[in-house]
Amino acid sequence: MTTQSPYVLRTQGVTKYFYDPEKFQVLKNINLTVNRGEFLSLVGKSGCGKSTLMYVLSTMDTDYEGELEIAGERLTGKKQNELAQFRNNHIGFVFQFHYLLPEFTVLQNVMIPALKLGKYSNSEIEHRAIEKLTLLGMQEFAHKRTNKLSGGQQQRVAIARALINDPDIIMGDEPTGNLDSYNSNIVFDIFRELTSAYKQTIIAVTHDDEFAKKTDRVVVMSDGKITTN
Amino acid sequence: MNLNSYKLSFSIAWVHLVSKPKQTIIAMLGVTFGIGMFIALVSLMTGLNDFTEEITMTSSPDIHIYHDITEKRSSILEQLNPQGLNWVHHQKPKNETLRLRNASQIIDLIRKDDRMIGVAPTLSSQVFYNYGSVQLNGVILGVEILEEDKLFDLQSKMKEGRLEDLLSYHEGIIMGSGIAKKLNIKKGDRVVITTPQGFTKTLKVVGIFQIGIGTVDNVRSYANISMVQTILQQDQAYITDINIKVKDRHQAKEIAKELQAKFIYKSEDWETANATMLTGSNVRNIITYAVSFTLLVVAGFGIYNILNMTIYNKMKDIAILKAMGFAGKDVRTIFMIQSLAIGLVGGLIGLLVGFILSYMIAQVPFDGGDIINLEHFPVNFKSKYYVIGIIFGVTTTAIAGYMPSRKAARIDPIEILRGQ
Repeated sequence: MTTQSPYVLRTQGVTKYFYDPEKFQVLKNINLTVNRGEFLSLVGKSGCGKSTLMYVLSTMDTDYEGELEIAGERLTGKKQNELAQFRNNHIGFVFQFHYLLPEFTVLQNVMIPALKLGKYSNSEIEHRAIEKLTLLGMQEFAHKRTNKLSGGQQQRVAIARALINDPDIIMGDEPTGNLDSYNSNIVFDIFRELTSAYKQTIIAVTHDDEFAKKTDRVVVMSDGKITTN
Repeated sequence: MNLNSYKLSFSIAWVHLVSKPKQTIIAMLGVTFGIGMFIALVSLMTGLNDFTEEITMTSSPDIHIYHDITEKRSSILEQLNPQGLNWVHHQKPKNETLRLRNASQIIDLIRKDDRMIGVAPTLSSQVFYNYGSVQLNGVILGVEILEEDKLFDLQSKMKEGRLEDLLSYHEGIIMGSGIAKKLNIKKGDRVVITTPQGFTKTLKVVGIFQIGIGTVDNVRSYANISMVQTILQQDQAYITDINIKVKDRHQAKEIAKELQAKFIYKSEDWETANATMLTGSNVRNIITYAVSFTLLVVAGFGIYNILNMTIYNKMKDIAILKAMGFAGKDVRTIFMIQSLAIGLVGGLIGLLVGFILSYMIAQVPFDGGDIINLEHFPVNFKSKYYVIGIIFGVTTTAIAGYMPSRKAARIDPIEILRGQ
């Protein structure tokens, strides 16, 4: 939380084309500003470009025109390695599938991004990981293999992993897409608590209207443009 | 990349390796087999090479100076009329003696050269050995036995008697084991020798030597220089050969050229004298390296395949690692560590297997017959080849691992993470 500016993410005129099978404009001049502590959902019909926009915002997709700025840092034009470092430090991810590493324990999975960052000592990292797991009610599973957990539990571990480096933004690509309504509600409640109690910024792509309705701000996309902001 | 990050890559690589133990072990076995065979082959081949080189060395000096009477000489016509167009048919060899003129001065000059370790004047003659009714053809060498020992390490080749006995017993002879066996002679027996000129002398056998090469042991014997001079009815300055041992054998060729230019007489280095034997060594070396290289390349393909498979299975893991902030090079490190670990551990086990194999080969009896004296296969245990082996193995696995690792580093996380 280094910057004092009210917004944590801003894009200016982000435009992107797909070239395969033929040239197609998937994002059209996207201007989006996300404030700190905002819980934002990105909705729209399938193929409207919401996921594509999310991956541009995530810095993993660098093939676009326009400007992207996160946490006061201009990210357009940076090299892949710098962007990887940046993601490690500033962005947490929650995907539709948990993508936990199956050979590692829950605790190790949560610790990996922090070990990569190398800001704290190993024992501190372990302590922080336990803290995050406790926050998500998963501390008792810390030393279990991830493949022994249920889908909802795995998703909670993935959220703990996203939180470990105190990111400026958590990005979710259909974070509840693979969960039943019970677990979806748990995940939503966690997000809700993170934004209200910890001022965590969250951007979630979703096609779940129930989920979207309950967020602070709903951005609707259609044909590569933001229609409702 | 900081140290922590390496540690992390290392622990992820480690987990990948131990979570698929069968795959890892098979990949390692490939390297182990390759290196093990390399060590076994190279140990045997270089053992053989060293053995042949050693017996070559004991039978021929580093440099041999002698009067080559078969060398083409210019005719009198050419000497008198050097500018003219001369044609001499069927020039007969001149009746020349084998004597090296000024031999003692030559020896003194060579002794002063600090590139030399030892200089031994020798004279040799064809003789018949007579013992009872048996008569055998052979060669007698007149030597200063202690100088000769410096060149050929005769002391260690003695089967009976001592070299010093020759010094104390002027009319003594040290005989090759082959002749001694054929004549049924033992130490202390007397043998009659006859020169081509018809001179006969009875000598007492004071010792028997065995160099290990049939062509030497079956014909040669040593006597004192003055004794042989007497047999040949020659004066005290009669010397036919000078044998030299130099400090660096690989300089022998150049030194020989230099000596030939200086003293006119033919000087021949050991490489030229034993060219055929050394060609055999080279061929063996080529075969060894070709076979080992092939084995390691095959092992390399194994590693390539297994890493490719691992990477294919770990696509999702790689994608999430990249999303979480692992750069391409971090991912590459993870997989390079795996291939290097396979190479290093497989290689080290390979060295052990190679050592055990060579040890076993060294126990196999080998009958060299009359030609060479060998009881077991000659095997080399030089550490140099073990170092080459491990470097060879690790390099192969590094190359084989690099290509899949680079592929892993280039995986685009978006394609995998977009859960459609």
